Amino acid sequence: MIITSNVSKKFGKLKALDNVSVKCDKGECIALIGPNGSGKTTLVKTILGMVVPDSGFITFNGKNILHDWEYRKDIGYMPQIGRYPDNMTIGQVLDMMRDIRHSKNITPDDELIEAFGLNTLMQKRMSTLSGGTRQKVSASLAFLFNPSVLILDEPTAGLDPLASGILKEKIIAEKEKGKLILITSHVLSELDDLITQVIYMQEGKLRFHKNIEALRADTGQTQLTRAIASIMTN
Amino acid sequence: MIKIIKYVIADILRNKIVIAYTAFLLLMSLSVFNLEDNSSKGLLSLLNIILLIVPLVSIVFSTIYIYNSSEFIELLVSQPLKRKTIWLSLFSGLAASLSLSFFIGAGIPILLYQASPTGIMMLITGLFLSVIFVSIAILASVTTRDKAKGIGKVILLWLYFSILFDGLVLFLLFQFADYPLEKAMVAVSAFNPIDLSRILILLQMDVSALMGYTGAIFRNFFGTQAGVILAICVLLLWMIAPLWLSLRRFTTKDL
Repeated sequence: MIITSNVSKKFGKLKALDNVSVKCDKGECIALIGPNGSGKTTLVKTILGMVVPDSGFITFNGKNILHDWEYRKDIGYMPQIGRYPDNMTIGQVLDMMRDIRHSKNITPDDELIEAFGLNTLMQKRMSTLSGGTRQKVSASLAFLFNPSVLILDEPTAGLDPLASGILKEKIIAEKEKGKLILITSHVLSELDDLITQVIYMQEGKLRFHKNIEALRADTGQTQLTRAIASIMTN
Repeated sequence: MIKIIKYVIADILRNKIVIAYTAFLLLMSLSVFNLEDNSSKGLLSLLNIILLIVPLVSIVFSTIYIYNSSEFIELLVSQPLKRKTIWLSLFSGLAASLSLSFFIGAGIPILLYQASPTGIMMLITGLFLSVIFVSIAILASVTTRDKAKGIGKVILLWLYFSILFDGLVLFLLFQFADYPLEKAMVAVSAFNPIDLSRILILLQMDVSALMGYTGAIFRNFFGTQAGVILAICVLLLWMIAPLWLSLRRFTTKDL
């Protein structure tokens, strides 16, 4: 579904992405793992077209995404740090997004808004929200339009255990529907029962892209945390 | 695109600065027209206020607005929208609301007290200046990542256009006083939209007689219909060129 071919990106002297080629298929739940500054977010942003790669190209459903924008209809993106216009209320932000992405074929998915209890906070301005509530808004927006691809950048960072449980259940439910889900996270223990594949990045390079079973077999560890730890130390 | 313009305009009109700007212009123009018993004299006083204040507010407000909307832009860029649409909507929203402010604050009093060709010309150039400086502001803000640097840059640009440019022109005129520079001055004035507006308005008034021989050349050139049309084309170019450059920059910018 999403194929990146030899994508490279430099920020000044820093090589944020170095010849990254990955292939993400439908129905998979892929964890994007790597130390801080390894290029995970940059990779996600190039897929979204927010960062334009210096070389290489990305295709979405077989179409090059360069100069294209319609493919983003099929993507729900939850940013690492959700930044919203300060003087808008939650309700206004949600209405605006509904207005912008309005389409007859889409039945909005309000499940997360209700589950997070955002209904009672609709009048609150974005500037007064805590980090966790912002994350809830971001998550609700990502799932709102029933996209076939979900890209979640650090989805559970800043969420309380109850909310992150709700989000995890939602992710599993969407995965069952055959959607492609791309998650970057540091909290590996949370990913254990979600993911089917692992992409490991380091210093902008792709280290490996494996099925979770293969990874477990290779390292002899059943837990993702331990498996990754044993790779990092070797 | 119209949807996003709607949100931008709604956001700007809620902003207190724009309301204060409108009220200030309104107060200024009303008091100027009421102080002078001759309303064409009032127009001359208003001219200087407009040529200073309108560019300053347009350029500084637009720059700050673009920097403060970085969250909004980031949010929109990850949605199924063309970057071109996002950028043009921001520009149109800013240009429309600042032009509206100018129209309410200065345009309506002008139409009420002095609906002469001079007044109409002043109204048109004021609207042009509002849009031109929005256009310059968005170019400056898209090419500078740092907010403080960007705002500093546009204030310098404003200083250049409203004060330094005239100084430079005077300097050149004195240095090359022995040469016939009058005709070249017409071309030089095209490099500054504020000067061009000033000339266009002054030539509609009779005070151009005070400008000596250069004034006569200007009169000869800008007094004709072709001259006015050419000047308006140059002003349009000042509007479109920075916008086009900023658009090119924005469509490939990393966010």
